[in-house]
Amino acid sequence: MTSADFQTLLPEIALAAYAMIALIVAVYTGKDKLAATLVWATAGLFVALALYIGGTGEGERTVFSGLFTDDPFARFAKVTILISAAAVLVMSQDYMTRRELLRFEYPVLAVLAVIGMMVMVSSADLITLYMGLELQSLSLYVVASLRRDSARSSEAGLKYFVLGALSSGLLLYGASLVYGYAGTTQFAGILTTVQDGVPLGLLFGLVFMLAGLAFKVSAAPFHMWTPDVYEGSPTPVTAFFATAPKVAAMALIARLVQDAFGGIPGQWGQVLAALSVASMFLGAVAAIGQRDIKRLMAYSSIAHMGYALIGLCVGTAYGVQATLIYMAIYVTMNVGTFAFILSMERDGRPVSDIAGLNQFAKKEPLKALAMLVLLFSLAGVPPMVGFFGKFYVLKAAVDAGWVWLAVAGAIASVIGAFYYLRVVYFMYFGAEQEPVDSRMAPVQWAMLVGVAAIMVLGVINLFGIEPAAAIAAEALVR
Amino acid sequence: MTVFSFAFYMFAVITVTAGLMVTLSRNPVHSVLWLILAFLSTSGLFVLLGAEFVAMLLVIVYVGAVAVLFLFVVMMLDIDFAALKGELARYMPLGLLIGVVLLMQVAIGVGVWQVADGAEGLRQAVAPAPSEIENTRALGMLIYDRYFLLFQLAGLILLVAMIGAIVLTLRHRKDVKRQNVLQQMWRDPAKAMELKDVKPGQGL
Repeated sequence: MTSADFQTLLPEIALAAYAMIALIVAVYTGKDKLAATLVWATAGLFVALALYIGGTGEGERTVFSGLFTDDPFARFAKVTILISAAAVLVMSQDYMTRRELLRFEYPVLAVLAVIGMMVMVSSADLITLYMGLELQSLSLYVVASLRRDSARSSEAGLKYFVLGALSSGLLLYGASLVYGYAGTTQFAGILTTVQDGVPLGLLFGLVFMLAGLAFKVSAAPFHMWTPDVYEGSPTPVTAFFATAPKVAAMALIARLVQDAFGGIPGQWGQVLAALSVASMFLGAVAAIGQRDIKRLMAYSSIAHMGYALIGLCVGTAYGVQATLIYMAIYVTMNVGTFAFILSMERDGRPVSDIAGLNQFAKKEPLKALAMLVLLFSLAGVPPMVGFFGKFYVLKAAVDAGWVWLAVAGAIASVIGAFYYLRVVYFMYFGAEQEPVDSRMAPVQWAMLVGVAAIMVLGVINLFGIEPAAAIAAEALVR
Repeated sequence: MTVFSFAFYMFAVITVTAGLMVTLSRNPVHSVLWLILAFLSTSGLFVLLGAEFVAMLLVIVYVGAVAVLFLFVVMMLDIDFAALKGELARYMPLGLLIGVVLLMQVAIGVGVWQVADGAEGLRQAVAPAPSEIENTRALGMLIYDRYFLLFQLAGLILLVAMIGAIVLTLRHRKDVKRQNVLQQMWRDPAKAMELKDVKPGQGL
């Protein structure tokens, strides 16, 4: 351990110190009265750290005797995670305060979850990978059942916990098989040992690990928990689930397959391709019958994870770049959409029924227009930024010779467009009835309209994330 | 058969049998007792491996503290384990089938098990042979130096577990009278008490 080690880990150390100080200060002074302040302070710290990481980080370093790595890929993922987590925190503050859900532990747990995600994307060792993943998951299990008086919320937390523990078990078993073969837990060591000729035992380990990670990104057929957990958790928590953890887990899969198993792309490529196709079609088809917008967003996230996986399974630098761009666009769209879902209420109670959106455009034309842009973007309709996300991953697949995968993706996106457009149809041409109220705090309004504007204006140059993603991908794929 | 291999097989068989009995015994208290036996024989296996420090830790921490805690929890909680097991029995055939299939698949994987060429060397590089270095020193080097980061992360995970337990269970009930020791001590007898001289036949 040298000072360089700690220097590299500075953002994580700062977050951990902040979490502990915030916890102690809140416990000894105002308790839940401080919660709103803590939420804003936490979001401020996230943004500051994102600027610090994005602005000052350079080069590639592996520190703590090969446990933790800092490279452009990790930094890209960390900036995305931090900014999306900050956005979700500030837009949930008003909702949680009004429903007396805001407890001071919530921002603290969010910070701890973010530390876990940052460790995940920086991991250079199987043990670091597992530690980061568990830190993130355990915090998320707790916030899922934050509304402890509600049976739905408790059910969501418990379900998430039990299935998450199972997936962790799969992951660990796979990791132990990989260690048994390679004799080391370090990705660099595994990369040199695993080159050609993959024995069956190692393949078992690889598949077990990918299955465990697929659970975390909710890729089909490991998606079962997603709709129930999304529906049962309080909406701000659902918004948090749908953004930062997805980026972290997707980046973790990219890091694992490239850093540790980069020598055998054929072996994991087919597994990821199967997961990807299953997720895209399941997400598209199963969402059609949904009546609840939170469940709809759950299936939407499953489908989106399928597209993001396309970029990873082709195994090229361009593919990884496409996935990074896709994930950045995906979290931005979700932040905007959830800003709207958070505001849906009737007689002061939150509702998430899609039928309640009937004729919404007559009541609030601007918000309906913003949602139209967002839903078009989620569906991947051409002028919006969401289309470019899909375009990049499909192009990566075609370039690498996975034409069938690109065709499957295109078909699934056409099927999936139906349910997004159906929501738009309800808003503009739905049956005559009193639509839901949409009571928004200024932050939520700014998020909704801002993100919708980004979805339109971003077509010019995607706000410059393309070169950043390219550098990140080059650093990962060698 | 040498003494060493005899001891190994004895401990191994006892561990597996005790592990089975943990899940099979009907009385949960018996399960915990079987668990203690499993811990003890595992610590015997550790001694055979030359890891005497871990063996002692297992006896002191797991048998001495954790298992006894389990015992208390099992005795305190009023859970009808028989009913839970009855529920389990309905899913038993399917569970057994899946278990057998999984076991066969794993057996295939283990049956053709290979180790990479350089694996043994890589293993030695992290954890030197017990003959070269004392147990405690080797563990200290690993936990507090090489894997310092992981040690701290494990600490954060425990912090999350603690926060989570408090968030999900702690309730501040307002309708309960609580004892406030300071308030009791600061009470002024002159204000709290009044002596009245009651005349006979008059009352207050």
